[in-house]
Amino acid sequence: MDYSLKANKEVFAEGMKAGLPIGAGYFAVSFALGIAAKQIGLTPIQGFLTSFFCNASAGEYAAFGSMASRATLVELALVLLIANARYLLMSSAMSQRLDPNIPMLHRLLIAYDVTDELFGIAIARPGYLNPYYTYGAVLTTIPCWATGTALGVIAGNLLPLRIVSALGVALYGMFLACIIPAAKKDRIVFGVILVSCGMSYLASMLPGISGLSAGTRTILLTVAICCGAAYFFPHTEGRTKTIRRKSLLRRVLAAATLQ
Amino acid sequence: MQNFYIYLLVLAIVSYAIRVAPFLLLKEPIQNEFVQSFLYYVPYVTLAVMTFPSILAATEYPLAGAAALITGSVMAWRGKGLFAVALTACMTVLAIEVGMGYLGI
Repeated sequence: MDYSLKANKEVFAEGMKAGLPIGAGYFAVSFALGIAAKQIGLTPIQGFLTSFFCNASAGEYAAFGSMASRATLVELALVLLIANARYLLMSSAMSQRLDPNIPMLHRLLIAYDVTDELFGIAIARPGYLNPYYTYGAVLTTIPCWATGTALGVIAGNLLPLRIVSALGVALYGMFLACIIPAAKKDRIVFGVILVSCGMSYLASMLPGISGLSAGTRTILLTVAICCGAAYFFPHTEGRTKTIRRKSLLRRVLAAATLQ
Repeated sequence: MQNFYIYLLVLAIVSYAIRVAPFLLLKEPIQNEFVQSFLYYVPYVTLAVMTFPSILAATEYPLAGAAALITGSVMAWRGKGLFAVALTACMTVLAIEVGMGYLGI
């Protein structure tokens, strides 16, 4: 493949076009993120920089929580690692689809903005990934994402309380849009999500664990629940194996998902 | 927030390292079944844990957050995109909180 910019102008333009609807969605979501940034006392520039360098709603949201509770840097790093762990998976998948001879510079650049949506549109194209497609999409979406956050910080306190309260759930709506479709396709994922919500609720109530910061609780719960799920319901090559380990937990989960 | 720029540095490094590491290190697909499975479940568990019960505390009335959780889930179940689901959740909260305001609750 030819990796000069001239040879890839058309692909670059295609990427920019594909990024438009994604950018619109990013703007709305990052505006809500800006309101969260405002609540912990960040300035518009700080909101802009956070979004520019993190590119992940869940990660930024978790990071704001850690900043607000004056978490240690190690805790912040762990929280981000957990909240953004899915990008390890996505980058892994993308790395398998690169031309083995692709210049190192492209490996370094394409990694900058691996998000749910940009991963989705890149991986949907046939053959080796063309990094210029992703660069085009990044060029359209990153300004929306970063300026949306800054505007959220600026306008967040100009908006009436009712609107702020309403926008506060935009992020959670986005999280739901990420997990519910998978739950619909895979009833084990459905069960795992229900268990996660239940345990998260318990963890926020029980003495001791409820005293930990929200970020730490997220890490502990994620590691514990994922270990359990990976042990009882191994998932490889796009399939969940449910027959091999019949267990009490499986029957409980199956009952919980009305199965 | 005086520590912000130190936090930002950590945030930028970790966010990039997570994404770039597989591109630099992974020449072969992951073979270990447990690791593959663990990574498969991570996004769903993390997002679910962060959504509930926090969504109840994100609004002025917990009832509005609960309603947004239900309407958002229904929209997502019907295959609506990120933007539509987020908008539905917001409109639900707005409707309920304005309604409760009128009723003087």
